Amino acid sequence: MAYSEKVIDHYQNPKNVGTLDKGAKNVGTGLVGAPECGDVMRLQIEVDESTGVIKDAKFKTFGCGSAIASSSLATEWLKGKSVDEALKIDNMDIVEELNLPPVKIHCSVLAEDAIKAAINDYRVKNGMEAIKFEDSVVH
Amino acid sequence: MLKLPIYLDNNATTQMDPRVLEAMLPYFTEHYGNAASRNHPFGWEAEEAVDYAREQVAKLIGADPKEIIFTSGATESDNLAIKGVFEMYASKGNHIITVSTEHKAVIDTCKHIEKLGGEVTTLEVNAEGLIDLKELEAAIKPTTILVAIMYANNEIGVIQPMREISAIARKHGVLVFTDGTQAVGKIPVDVNKDGIDLMAFTAHKMYGPKGVGALYVRRKNPRVKVTAQMDGGGHERGMRSGTLNVPGIVGFGKACEICMLEMEEEAIRLSKLRDKLENALLQLEEAYVNGSRDHRLPHVSNISFKYVEGEGLLMGFNKNIALSSGSACTSASLEPSYVLKALGLGDDLAHSSLRFGLGRFTNEEQIDYTIKAISETVLKLREMSPLWEMYKEGIDLNTIEWAHH
Repeated sequence: MAYSEKVIDHYQNPKNVGTLDKGAKNVGTGLVGAPECGDVMRLQIEVDESTGVIKDAKFKTFGCGSAIASSSLATEWLKGKSVDEALKIDNMDIVEELNLPPVKIHCSVLAEDAIKAAINDYRVKNGMEAIKFEDSVVH
Repeated sequence: MLKLPIYLDNNATTQMDPRVLEAMLPYFTEHYGNAASRNHPFGWEAEEAVDYAREQVAKLIGADPKEIIFTSGATESDNLAIKGVFEMYASKGNHIITVSTEHKAVIDTCKHIEKLGGEVTTLEVNAEGLIDLKELEAAIKPTTILVAIMYANNEIGVIQPMREISAIARKHGVLVFTDGTQAVGKIPVDVNKDGIDLMAFTAHKMYGPKGVGALYVRRKNPRVKVTAQMDGGGHERGMRSGTLNVPGIVGFGKACEICMLEMEEEAIRLSKLRDKLENALLQLEEAYVNGSRDHRLPHVSNISFKYVEGEGLLMGFNKNIALSSGSACTSASLEPSYVLKALGLGDDLAHSSLRFGLGRFTNEEQIDYTIKAISETVLKLREMSPLWEMYKEGIDLNTIEWAHH
């Protein structure tokens, strides 16, 4: 299977690989997937507490090229968005942007799940309730 | 000069040897007769060529030419052997013993046998990929008609103890079938010394053409018969109807002849290159060889690079190096290699594996390039891997509650 150019580019030059201080109050961490399934994503957001805007985002991913590209793209999209706006990122947007084939849609779902998990972690840390999401369709 | 891409997937298929192609060419446009045409020179030439090839093929495995049944490949031969014995020996019994690490062509054929009312026992392997001979003997019952155990595994290259296996089967009057696809032409295989009654193998794994293979069927001590699975003109002593693929068979014969002459030297050269590759890659932290290193084909290595996913790893160099992975992220099932799982590897390690299959046209320069490319990619991906970070922090990954999906 050939990868799209965008996937290859994110794979070769991943954006925002790294680790934020998961103990910090304004950092939300989402860890999704499982090693047995062949993909694990950790996505972190750092929120500017005065504006509610995500000022930094980092990821680390164990997985195939599409999983790496999906999380790299997600971090790009997260930066500069408010937390509420970030919740609107849909996995199908990632599929479209990266031209993911059907067998790789689960990678985008995982990225969306990681975003939501990071946001909920941030919310809980800051005294807000975790948002209940419907279970993802894929996986 | 190093020419890219490098081909290290010789367990999947091999480059055809130019000498094989040369032998085949006249049989497309000059000697194009049907080997079954008995009344004119075109047919005679074709028949003569097939007879000669049959001798070349038989010689490589220590068989008599009359014991070679030409087929379309190893999958067909696997089917013919197992289904053919099941039908032919129905009055004797209906029980077949096989192993969990067999190729799908054997596993799925055995599943088919179960649907037909047969009974199948599947032996497990140990961490090295080897069967337990005591378990084999214990599994034999009065109704057992066949033991189907591959000679060498396609994913890990592990060689089963064929002589010991056949000695046990013989003692109980049970026939021995082996899928010799990966072994024949790579290591010495002798149907008499190894006690094999039926064996499947194919040309394209030994530098011959695709679409032609053989089933060895023993003719004496004991005389073995299989029921044909295709009806028609009664070719191949009635066991496999269908016009013979004359150019393919000629190529298969030539490929066997070359292997016969060059196998010994080639195995020494390739095992040195394989060891160089393997030892260099094992310098990386948390890298493990899968399967027995002592009972293994000389040109095969299967290595897991922990905390890195196989398909992601391949993507780092697959434009330049052709390899396969035990991770099945491309398939809808997302199930990693059942062979690696049978060794007791966790899914995580199975997902992290690469299979190397060196071949006749592999050289040292290619191996050096491969070592460098893979080492660099593993290091790069580990920097990107959350699992590697946790491992480095001393976190036991088994204590984490993963969101299974």
